[in-house]
Amino acid sequence: MTELHRIAYYFRRKHFAMFGLILVLALVTVAILAPQIAPNDPHAVSRARFLSPGEDARYPLGTDNLGRCVLSGVIYGARVSLFVGLAAAATSTFIGILIGSLSGYFGGKTDAFLMRFTELFMTIPRFVLALIVVAFFGSGLDRLILVIGVLSWPGAARLVRSEFLSHRNLPYVDSGRVSGMSHLRLIFVEILPNIIPPVIVVATLDVATAILLEASLGFFGLGDPNLRSWGGMLSQAQSHIRSAWWMSVFPGSAIAVTVLGFNLVGDGLNEAANPRMQIEGGST
Amino acid sequence: MSGSGMSLWRYAALRIVQSLPLILGIIVINFLLINLAPGDPVTALIGEFPAPAEYIETVREQFGLDQSLGMRMLTYIGNILQGELGFSFNYRVPVLELVLGRLGRTLVLMITTIVFATAVGLGLGIMAAKWKDSPLDKLAVGFATVGYSIPVFWSGQLLILLFAVRLGWLPSSGLRSTRIAYEGFALYGDMARHMILPVLALSLRYIALTTRLTRSSLIETLNSDYVVAARTRGIPATRILWNHGLRAAATPIITIIGYHFTFIVAGSALVETVFGWPGVGRLMYESIGARDYPTLLGILLMVSIAVIIVNLITDIVYAFIDPRIKYD
Repeated sequence: MTELHRIAYYFRRKHFAMFGLILVLALVTVAILAPQIAPNDPHAVSRARFLSPGEDARYPLGTDNLGRCVLSGVIYGARVSLFVGLAAAATSTFIGILIGSLSGYFGGKTDAFLMRFTELFMTIPRFVLALIVVAFFGSGLDRLILVIGVLSWPGAARLVRSEFLSHRNLPYVDSGRVSGMSHLRLIFVEILPNIIPPVIVVATLDVATAILLEASLGFFGLGDPNLRSWGGMLSQAQSHIRSAWWMSVFPGSAIAVTVLGFNLVGDGLNEAANPRMQIEGGST
Repeated sequence: MSGSGMSLWRYAALRIVQSLPLILGIIVINFLLINLAPGDPVTALIGEFPAPAEYIETVREQFGLDQSLGMRMLTYIGNILQGELGFSFNYRVPVLELVLGRLGRTLVLMITTIVFATAVGLGLGIMAAKWKDSPLDKLAVGFATVGYSIPVFWSGQLLILLFAVRLGWLPSSGLRSTRIAYEGFALYGDMARHMILPVLALSLRYIALTTRLTRSSLIETLNSDYVVAARTRGIPATRILWNHGLRAAATPIITIIGYHFTFIVAGSALVETVFGWPGVGRLMYESIGARDYPTLLGILLMVSIAVIIVNLITDIVYAFIDPRIKYD
């Protein structure tokens, strides 16, 4: 716990990181309380099309081409973005831990093979592959999470591997090995808990990239068709960009603020956990 | 320190050989996608079009669809290696021809972006590192953090809203003006005007990334022992920055050009869609709408191979300029 206390101590002293944390917490609150906060049903179409913000008090941020409330769409969209972002990052972190720990712990041929496999996944243009998978298999929320998660683990795997490499010959691991502990116990009970802080950093930055990827897919018309998402709203805004700026500005700001929040928290945790090391986030 | 003493040429050859399994892996992934897709694999190979029965039969035969899965895979790999990427029913041309025909426009966008963004990002990163903790540094870091968080397609829409809709300074879409038929130099000028906004949109995230990396690696280098030693010997700060700092900082920058090439590929697909730029990215968007799967799979394959080649080149350049690297 002392390690986590130390990180929390340094983290609290970073204003930008705390600002990011507040953003994230505020967004989580908005997502949870969406039915209470949203002024309208986000899916309800009306005749009040293309109302600009402030034109009608019932639609504070205006309406879209189908007369749907933009504010309610932005509020409900937080649910989609956060859920996909968090679940996909959890998936990719889980896979990354599994592959990275086996690779780093066993080394040798296992490591060589798993790292080539990782390299393959780093090489594939994630966005293009995700587009094709979603186009083939459909774009339900569960499938979006799975696709983004399965395509995003290499960063976590490489980090976990390098941590395991530096731990695997430390005295505490050697003594565990000598006392007859199984490999599984050494990997998951003895070593893994010691490398949690850097893994959390990568996982946090992965949430940000997962949200960006989900929004990009939504912009290509491949979001969950039954939900209003920020990417989907921007896709509709594209057709009306010359007449209805509010359809673009508000959902886009929501994405930017959310991604910024997670990036700030991730950067802050990174600096707090290891003042000298810098972990760079992945790419869309 | 060149550890194993391998020559650069041997290293380059080794890296090329190491890339071959990656290319094979990508072909296998394409194959799996086709065969795991719901329904008949022939749909994935043709797209959802009412194709003539004879054509379906030809495709079945060409890809050996009545054979076992293992044989089918070998047939598929064979077809791909011969450049046989299928036929786009949507455009009525072979996929390879279709993608190559659009590649130039995408490359123009991407290369301009890489050059512009690297230059700006380097400049900002150097200034930020040189005047660390100054207001300028804070501004650069803030810009980089925010720029890194904005989705490329939204920055594209914002640029359209500001420069095309509000100010009316620049065109918002297309490759060239349709109303006036420019010729010669005027045509290039017109196309350049159409490129400004897409390049800016695509550059933002790349500038942010380059700024961050240049800044952090320069600061690390400037704090390293040999630079501190140079400083105590009375060598002027600017000369240290140019002689030691930048040379050491160049390597991570080259690496990100390679490593983030996949990002710029995704980014250009989105940006081309926002700005109606008729390149490979826009083709991808159209192909999704048209359920033109062979085109999508062909793009995936070609882009993946391009990424492997770019990574290969950056690795070799990296080894070439950094004598400290160990070839292993």
